[in-house]
Amino acid sequence: MSPLTKLYGERTEEEKYEYFMERIEAGEKIEADDWMPDEYRMALIKLISMHAISEIMGALPEKEWVPKAPTIHRKLGIMAKVQDEMGHGQLLLRVAEDLMKPYGKTRENIMEDLFSGKLKFHNVFHMEAPTWADAGIIAWLVDGAAIITQTNMLNASYGPYSRALHRICAEEVFHAQHGESIVLALAEGSKQQREMLQDALIRWWPSLLMFFGPKSAATTGSSKQDITIKYKIRTKTNEELRQDFLTKYVPRIRSLGLTIPDETLRYDEENKKWIYKEPDWNEFKKIIKNQGPKSMERLTLRRIAYDNNRWVREALQ
Amino acid sequence: MTSVKNALEARQNKEYVSALTELLFQLADDDFILAFRGSEWLGLAPHIEEDVAFSSITQNMMGHAFMYYQLLEQLGEGTVDELAHERSGKKRKNAIMLEKVNGLGTYLQSPKFDWAFTVVRHYFYDVNKKIKLDCLQDCSYEPLKHAAINIRKEQYYHLVHWETWFKQLVKAGGEAKTRMMVAVEKVWNEFDDVLSLGPRGEVMANYQLIDREDVIRQTFMNTIGDVFENLELGPLPKLKEMKKSGRIGEHTEDLEKALATLTEVYKKEPSSSW
Repeated sequence: MSPLTKLYGERTEEEKYEYFMERIEAGEKIEADDWMPDEYRMALIKLISMHAISEIMGALPEKEWVPKAPTIHRKLGIMAKVQDEMGHGQLLLRVAEDLMKPYGKTRENIMEDLFSGKLKFHNVFHMEAPTWADAGIIAWLVDGAAIITQTNMLNASYGPYSRALHRICAEEVFHAQHGESIVLALAEGSKQQREMLQDALIRWWPSLLMFFGPKSAATTGSSKQDITIKYKIRTKTNEELRQDFLTKYVPRIRSLGLTIPDETLRYDEENKKWIYKEPDWNEFKKIIKNQGPKSMERLTLRRIAYDNNRWVREALQ
Repeated sequence: MTSVKNALEARQNKEYVSALTELLFQLADDDFILAFRGSEWLGLAPHIEEDVAFSSITQNMMGHAFMYYQLLEQLGEGTVDELAHERSGKKRKNAIMLEKVNGLGTYLQSPKFDWAFTVVRHYFYDVNKKIKLDCLQDCSYEPLKHAAINIRKEQYYHLVHWETWFKQLVKAGGEAKTRMMVAVEKVWNEFDDVLSLGPRGEVMANYQLIDREDVIRQTFMNTIGDVFENLELGPLPKLKEMKKSGRIGEHTEDLEKALATLTEVYKKEPSSSW
């Protein structure tokens, strides 16, 4: 009798794994209650809880500009945008919570892991956002970069994550448009406004390149991209995504009359790829250890809010 | 009184337009400043779900302020953004209680905001806002009447939201109830000018813009009185008289700081497009 015609409960772990991989290869979706190998579950928990917490921590740099936004329309726009990010965080936390259930872990554990430094939030959200133009660049280009990485996982083998990403990506498109609108107003504005925008681009450029992560584990010592590709959670490598970003955004940035702070940046027609100056990967390593310019400040803000409202959560239990 | 269809008609009668403008500034500034306080909470609420819900409410409230400022713009008072960003504290007509900071710290540094205070302030404010919106359904100025009809549809959910929080935290007992009672006292002590229509309240009522202030006050006291009774919080204390009133442009340092924050970018270049 073939292992795959046995009753499911009678199969050995190896047989279950074989069946699981067949489903993955066939493009089927894995659901929360399905059997899955620990390596897959662990990779998903790590990826999705980091994604969830990055949405929540990612709200903080832009949140700085919510009360200060220059017009009522901008105030409403950026508030709705930051609210969406919190909403994405909530949606993804629910997906992560289901995956963690067999380990007896909850949302509280995710928050504790964030505060202890065990759970990382995305490297791009450790950076400063000192002007209104930064809020524009974040929404236009950071969200633009997020659309590229998330589109890469829209067909992720894990059904709940794939479905959440469909909704998230649809909203991210609005965010990028909101950012583009802020950036356009500044680009067409006064000298002071244009300078503010150019400075923000200079500030954010290395972070935008780092956004997609290192080319391989050799650059920084670790990378999960091989496992996530094996399990069809994603399809493209970090470098392929970075190339897609450059192809999409370099012409748009230049068309606004902005200068990208990389004199070596060019498209190599022969090899069909962008040549660019590598960002400082040592800086990246520091950032992912929570030693970026704003890492501790933002974590502290989050922790104060969490501790300060503990009595409310306790009253609700 | 017959209804007034638009700004052009309103401007035929100086006394009418002056009372109407006064009322609109109160309505707009109240929603605007409390929405600003709400926007400071973004990302800091007790849980993620509340962050999302509270932000919706704040956006709605700022939208309501926008609608009132738009009506003022039509009456020739200046553009919406000038009205929201260029008026000094002395020209603001919001009640003082609504400009008060959310708690210790700022939204950027050590925000030890007080959730109990926020719940009580928003709840009491929304009870009163609902009473006023009910009155405005019969407002003689048609553009305001129509705005109020639309605003009331959204505001219903705000009131339900804050009422749920209020009751839940009071009923939870223990630390939550203690904190809530401290907050109730704090809000109550300076709630008088939220209920005030200012020195021109009488004229507003005479022109059927809104009900008389004493009628609105009584409805408010009856509503909150019932809530106190149901939650066994004892009889409603008398409202305290206040030394200052936001309705005549008297404010606190909290408003000045809030205005500095919310106009920081706008004031870099007020004539530029942002």
